[in-house]
Amino acid sequence: MIQRTPGHRFARIGLTLISPRGAVFLLLFVLLVAITVINPHFAEPGQAIRFVQRVAPVAIVAIGQYFVIVSGEFDMSMGSLVTAQVVIAGNLVGQDDSRSIPVLLFMFAFGAAIGLVNGLITTLLRVPSFIVTLGMMLALLGGVLFWTGGSATGNPADGFRQIGRGGITGVPVLGIIPWSVLILGAVLAAAIWFSRQPFGRTLISTGDNLTTARYAGVRVWWVKTSAFMISSLSATVAGVLLVGYAGVHPSVGRGYEFIAITAVVLGGVALGGGRGWVVAAAAGAFALEALFTLLNFAGVPSTLRDAVQGVILILAVAYSSATFKRPGRLPSPKISPSPEKLPHPATDAVSTAPQSSSLSR
Amino acid sequence: MTMTTTRAATIQRYGARLGTTGIVYCALVGVLVVGAILVSTAGRNFFSQGNIRDILTGMSVLGFVAIGEALVILCGSLDLSVPYVVSMSSLIAAEVMAGEPGNIGLAVLLALVFGAGVGLANGLIVTKLRVHGLIATLGVGLIIKGYLATQYKGTAGKVPWDFRLIGATGIGPVPISTLIMVATAVLVALFLRNTRTGNHMFAVGGNLAVSRLSGLRTSQPIVVAHVLCSTTAALAGLLLASRLGVGSPTVGSQGGYDLLAIAAVVLGGTLLVGGRGSIWGTLGGVAIFAVMDNVMSVIQLSPFLKDVVRGIVIVAAVAIYTGRAVEQRRARFATRKAGS
Repeated sequence: MIQRTPGHRFARIGLTLISPRGAVFLLLFVLLVAITVINPHFAEPGQAIRFVQRVAPVAIVAIGQYFVIVSGEFDMSMGSLVTAQVVIAGNLVGQDDSRSIPVLLFMFAFGAAIGLVNGLITTLLRVPSFIVTLGMMLALLGGVLFWTGGSATGNPADGFRQIGRGGITGVPVLGIIPWSVLILGAVLAAAIWFSRQPFGRTLISTGDNLTTARYAGVRVWWVKTSAFMISSLSATVAGVLLVGYAGVHPSVGRGYEFIAITAVVLGGVALGGGRGWVVAAAAGAFALEALFTLLNFAGVPSTLRDAVQGVILILAVAYSSATFKRPGRLPSPKISPSPEKLPHPATDAVSTAPQSSSLSR
Repeated sequence: MTMTTTRAATIQRYGARLGTTGIVYCALVGVLVVGAILVSTAGRNFFSQGNIRDILTGMSVLGFVAIGEALVILCGSLDLSVPYVVSMSSLIAAEVMAGEPGNIGLAVLLALVFGAGVGLANGLIVTKLRVHGLIATLGVGLIIKGYLATQYKGTAGKVPWDFRLIGATGIGPVPISTLIMVATAVLVALFLRNTRTGNHMFAVGGNLAVSRLSGLRTSQPIVVAHVLCSTTAALAGLLLASRLGVGSPTVGSQGGYDLLAIAAVVLGGTLLVGGRGSIWGTLGGVAIFAVMDNVMSVIQLSPFLKDVVRGIVIVAAVAIYTGRAVEQRRARFATRKAGS
């Protein structure tokens, strides 16, 4: 091993920051500074915590999508599931606070069931997950809208809405700690813990190379199905938060699957699986929302948000694939990268590439 | 006993000879039979000229988009930017025409050039910047979407009557638009079979590393596929403009053409990971969707339940293929990710 001198350590941090896995933190930092320059109020603790509250549902969905993407699949049904859960909450809780807990339990069971179905069809029937979750997306949204007759209405009891809206009041500096921020923290902690467990490592190795994982004795069907269940459960949590924050509306979850994929990809997670860090995926969600906030403060018309998002998305991924010559390896400071002889890193997607070192941080 | 075994063997032999495209058309026949029965219970005639015309009309727009999408998927990429290309080209056509029959040629040319340009951008981002096709086209789609939303508040332009005839007339029960679509399909199928680039598309989609080591210029087929895909999307936009009489900034995204086209392509037996598939299978997939939509409209199913049925049919149909056809025929390539 290399001797760890302070200089080395700084060089390493610097390298991490310009590597795709760390670049999202650099991007987030730059965006936050830019926002603060335009609008100094943003840096006030009260405002900052509100920003985190706004990001929470997006970040939670991105964390869920991370697990699916890193295992080499896609979940396109997240947006529909968020909508479905919001509508379920709106219709079943009603004005009766005592129903909150049973409905909450039902929602989690429903979310887990959707993930289970997605996962089992993908793994056992061998239908591409893109198609499975696309079908689920159509069926879920159609089913929910049919159930409510097209106009999702309903106003769940205040107690239920407090989850997404309220928080611990009277905190000295911040003023309020929203529940959603605490929930985001808990979800993120659980996600980090999960990905350090044997389960998380297995998930990444399955996404990296299905064949070797199978030979190593991984129960691939169960690992991937669990990933789908995690993502559906995270969509459920996001739905619960959005009920309080955005209200009941049939389009509340629209596009969440693409926002989640964008956030995950911004976080340097490779589509096709096997590479990525869950914290970076969550940071991707923060960066995306910070970008929208910045555009908002800068007076860019909201219709152009999409265009800017598109440009950033392409640039971010182009940057990461230009930097990632080899999977999961930082460019060594000593050896200058030689022009490749057998290049086209797109071939990295083919599972002949050397074992990714993204397991070790 | 012996009879049943020989029959099973015959079925198996035919099944093997049929291939995926054959299965798709068998499924289409099945859907037609079920559809005809359902429609007759509603007291209508499924095979009336008007109804056949409706189905074929429904096929044409999705057909154009799906033909292009099939090429891109064959190369192992994806195109999510098509709905916005469709909308944009309908707007370009309608605005340039501005009600003047003399402008039709220029308008069609400009719309197609726009489509080809977007496809070129997609293809170059995928091959030169090495961005995953899903992300590249999602990004390009978002850029066009942003432009559309900023620039247009509603429908714009006006299409002259001469051009509207394309969407309105037909030979017997067959609309002109469907004929153009089928002609495009024939051209693309010939292109895939007889040209070098067409053959290379299969190779690149099947295994990029191997095709590169075999001396193929791997980026060329991918770029060509993206250009053709966006161009056929522009054709779909032209057709929609001729049908609506105006250009609309939301006509593409409302139709959900990207995801439906991908579903139709996969339904038609093309592998989502690329390397194997056919234009004719894709048309079969499009036809299944068109028949399903028509039947559900005739029996007046709730539009929300339509989506439920669509979703279930997509997954169920693809599950049937992947369960047998693909695996039986290519055991040698079992190491490729069959599940993803």
